[in-house]
Amino acid sequence: MAVAQRRRERIDRGIKVRTDGFYALMSWRELGYLTLPRFLLIAGLLALPFLMPSMYWQRVISIVCIYAFLALSFDFLAHFVGLVSLGGAFFVGIGGYMSAVLNTELGLAPMLAIPAATLLGAGVCTLLLLPCLPLRGVYFAIVTLMYPLFAARTIEALDILGGTDGIMGIDSFPGPWIEQYFVIGMLLLAIFGLRRLVNTDFGLVLQAVKDNDQAVRASAMNVTRFKAIAVFIGSAMGCLGGACLVHIYMWAGISQFALDFSVLPIAATVIGGAGTLVGPVLGCLILVPASEMLREFGTLRIVFYSLILVGFIVFRSDGLMVWARRKYHQFERWTEI
Amino acid sequence: MDILVYGTINSVALALYALGFALVYGVSRLPNFAHGALYVLSGFITWSALNTLGLPYPLAILLALLATAVIGAVIYQFVLIRVRGMEISEIIASYAIALAILEGIRYVGFRGMTYTLPVFLEGRTTIGGVMVDYHRLLVVAIGAALFAGLWAFTRFTRVGLALRGMAQDERAAMMLGIDSDLMAVVAMALGSALAALAAILLLPLGNIVVESGYNVLILAIAVCIVGGIGSWFGAVIAAFIIGFAQILTVVYLGTHFQMMVALLAIILTLILKPSGLFGQQKELEERV
Repeated sequence: MAVAQRRRERIDRGIKVRTDGFYALMSWRELGYLTLPRFLLIAGLLALPFLMPSMYWQRVISIVCIYAFLALSFDFLAHFVGLVSLGGAFFVGIGGYMSAVLNTELGLAPMLAIPAATLLGAGVCTLLLLPCLPLRGVYFAIVTLMYPLFAARTIEALDILGGTDGIMGIDSFPGPWIEQYFVIGMLLLAIFGLRRLVNTDFGLVLQAVKDNDQAVRASAMNVTRFKAIAVFIGSAMGCLGGACLVHIYMWAGISQFALDFSVLPIAATVIGGAGTLVGPVLGCLILVPASEMLREFGTLRIVFYSLILVGFIVFRSDGLMVWARRKYHQFERWTEI
Repeated sequence: MDILVYGTINSVALALYALGFALVYGVSRLPNFAHGALYVLSGFITWSALNTLGLPYPLAILLALLATAVIGAVIYQFVLIRVRGMEISEIIASYAIALAILEGIRYVGFRGMTYTLPVFLEGRTTIGGVMVDYHRLLVVAIGAALFAGLWAFTRFTRVGLALRGMAQDERAAMMLGIDSDLMAVVAMALGSALAALAAILLLPLGNIVVESGYNVLILAIAVCIVGGIGSWFGAVIAAFIIGFAQILTVVYLGTHFQMMVALLAIILTLILKPSGLFGQQKELEERV
């Protein structure tokens, strides 16, 4: 007797098939299906400060957003341009110090210093990384891992920019609500802006650089120029995070070049779902509060973290967002074969 | 004379750091970011074996070497082998393992107090008017013996030849009946044992601190990158270049700049000639 064999098949939901086209506009239900995930994200992020009004959690929300900037930057550079940057801390440090100097030396208000530091810092990062851009794969990763360490040692050794004490007396945001809505607003802008960007012609070229840079070069396009623009965008997000961080803590120091800023965003990206842009933000929303709650365990929480990271990267390398998206768009059933 | 003697010692130390990393990277193209963590871990094992279990020193050393080799092999066999070939995942996974080991050691209570291993030989002598203790001389001697031994091992034994074959061309090696997964495990175990050996030789010169795990990793990477990946000769030359450069900066600029030398060496080499001084990689594989 033949043993009945069966397998799971995955099929797109009918509504998903219909809403892929232009016709989604004709039905509220289909419009709702399309906008629900986006609406959930936007409303969820905007409602966060109301849901957790205590001073402590407000601070945590701001930190989550800052890490989310870094995770977005990592995801964008690694999975849409093919540049694996392990130096998120470098962007944070440059942006942070830049904003601190603009604020304390030139007296710019935080709301002016942050955008200025974002653009200037991104320019500086791009210039400094320019010689490494032709490098590929693991070489680029190693060299970017070295940059924040080098920057921290330089500040330490030359005793510039406040040396080991850091720069103190930086102005804070005008108020906690402005602080939170500023970072949340910028985060939403970054998520949806990047999602637009990767689907434009320019974004397609960037993805081509990732997939086959020789082909891009053969099409008479300057690979390094495209990479430089991408690094500018990526580092601008990192610098923005750093600048906000400095004004939240009212202090800029060497710890802004610490490995946390390089490692945690990567962990968030792996857990949230690489190459989805929204996944890393979700990863940060899970990881950062979790690490706050585990704070009493001291360094053991880094151990937890690393083990979770290893587990995800080895066994579940597609991440939560890809899984959630599949569940939303498709259903599964058993079929006899 | 000072510079010559201590530069040599420093260079041998750097070469010892880098040896295990170079072996693993050369054979299986795996940048083992857990190298520094294994270094600290083996120091920890030796210390525990000596002070907690009360074993004699030679036995403790043997135990640490074996334990680290087994840990390295286990890490490779159960975690890293699954992400082999995916560069991003390799780096993230091995780096996460390094963090787990180092922070785990920190949590278990390896902090605050100073932990030291005893030196092999007490006493000191003078070479050309410079005071050197016997242990440092012993490090240089054992280091030289180790290089010679490895050179012979990779040329005159079956396993060594298999490792070299895999380093040169993995597919061709597989066609000749070399089990590439097994060899990669062997390389990882050997690399971990070399990290442990470096730790046992060099830790008696200072304290066992968790932070040194990160520094050892950076130095090992620096030596491998400057020397050119896949080239033993290049690694030794690079160790001497960086070692003397470090001692020179310490003498003329100050200790703050010591670590900057290694970082600057990595960045400059990668920008100017990513395959390193004696690398055998093809240009196209590493830059556009």
